[in-house]
Amino acid sequence: MTIIKHELNQRKIPLIIWTVALSFFLMVCIFIFPEMKSQMGDLNDMFASMGSFSSAFGMDQLNFGTLVGYYAIECGNVLGLGGAFFAALYGASALSKEEKEKTAEFLLTHPVSRKRIITEKLMALLMQITVMNVIVYALSICSMAVIGEEIPFKEVTLLHLSYYILQLELAAICFGISVFSKKGSAGTGIGIAVIAYFLNIIANIAEVVEFLKYITPFGYCDGANIVNNGCIDGVILAIGIAMSICGIIFAYLKYTKKDIS
Amino acid sequence: MQIIKTEKLTKYYGKARGIVDLDLEINRGEFFGFIGPNGAGKSTTIRTLLGLISPTSGSAQILGMDIIKDKISILERVGYLPSETTFYSGMKVKDVLKLSADMRKQDCSEQADLLCKRLQLDVNKKVDELSFGNKKKVAIVCALQHKPELLILDEPTSGLDPLMQKEFFDILHEHNKQGATIFLSSHVLSEVQRNCTRATIIREGKIIACDSVENLSKTNAKRVSINGNVNFNLLDGIRDKKISSNSASFLYSGDINHLVKTLADSHITDLTITDPDMDEIFLHYYQKEGDEA
Repeated sequence: MTIIKHELNQRKIPLIIWTVALSFFLMVCIFIFPEMKSQMGDLNDMFASMGSFSSAFGMDQLNFGTLVGYYAIECGNVLGLGGAFFAALYGASALSKEEKEKTAEFLLTHPVSRKRIITEKLMALLMQITVMNVIVYALSICSMAVIGEEIPFKEVTLLHLSYYILQLELAAICFGISVFSKKGSAGTGIGIAVIAYFLNIIANIAEVVEFLKYITPFGYCDGANIVNNGCIDGVILAIGIAMSICGIIFAYLKYTKKDIS
Repeated sequence: MQIIKTEKLTKYYGKARGIVDLDLEINRGEFFGFIGPNGAGKSTTIRTLLGLISPTSGSAQILGMDIIKDKISILERVGYLPSETTFYSGMKVKDVLKLSADMRKQDCSEQADLLCKRLQLDVNKKVDELSFGNKKKVAIVCALQHKPELLILDEPTSGLDPLMQKEFFDILHEHNKQGATIFLSSHVLSEVQRNCTRATIIREGKIIACDSVENLSKTNAKRVSINGNVNFNLLDGIRDKKISSNSASFLYSGDINHLVKTLADSHITDLTITDPDMDEIFLHYYQKEGDEA
């Protein structure tokens, strides 16, 4: 528990900043919905008929004039990308920052096994991502209640759940990759998040590369699929969970034997 | 009982040499010096013993336990003071000390208070605000607050002022008298000479001498200082020669009779022959045949 507490303390400020930022942007999106809705008659047709651009963001399959359709697209952009950055950055730096900031020597010369360090760091990572997502979810629901719209609980919950799993997957993969790094992996984390995001956009645009959905965690966060089918794609989710487990197992295998310079 | 025992301990970083076939035996209660210049393999040895890096071959035991299999049990009973200390940014000194104690699952507050008072360390300051010397003090308290059986110190006095160095060594001697073994890695030879009972000298990853400090100090070499003119070409075995206008000083490890005869035939006004100090001995061990320091 000591390392969990320590990690939570060390990451307190970034967690607050990311939570406030994501909640704020989502709340703004929700609060402007009534105004958007009143002008949506023409806009909806326009959004749905922009070809590849519409497909890229699932706007050809979602009704921008309904709260659930609007939220699925906005949530994808704000929580999807923002949450992915937060999770990837945190996951990528959890282990490597000890070497980058030269605190690894202090940490590893205490009677704490490297397995325990990895486990407690992962627990702290899980707790922080969970706390952020619970707060963002709660504030989003409250905001929907404030604007007086009927809340599509099932769809909103599934959307948030999928982005929560996405963040955990990205964090786990970046956690595994960060074991290789000695100088911090902020760039790697951001890079992976951006690549994953754009792979999904490309997969949405062209059928020939639709298989990319199975590689990127954004594949099972597809708002159009979730809203229209009322569930998260199980196959893509299973692939994502398998990749997360691989990242974590890899971190254990590599870090327990790594030479700390 | 041997507190540290290494057998042919070897570490290569890829093709680069770290330490080679290191055989080391340190007994319980010793104040042991580990001497060598930068890059000789001192830190590699320490980092291998502490499990930060894995040995390429060979084995080592600390407190009778294997450094790989029993690493955690070893670290519970060892205190380590690194040469450069870095703590988590934003933390106060007292939080760092508590974190260190918590990771050992011990309440070390009493001993920590005592050490902080002796080292004049303000526990309410943030570690980022501390000077290098004060950070070192925090590391000293972290290394000592759980009263370890073995203390591994890597260049411990860098950054400490002379008064603090004295206080630090007083604390170490008190721990040593209470039974703690001290492993002091340093290139400040005078502190090894003053404090250690036994020492080993490492060069290019290999141990080149290991004996009591007293015996290590007894070399054939003598420090000769003269006023006057001497023809140095007649003397073999001269090292570390320093010549000024009418005086000279050098380490002499040749035939002492030949030295006396040569000096007798020269015009000198003053002569001093003394045993060399530890620094000079160190140079003696480090000098390759035919080299001059």
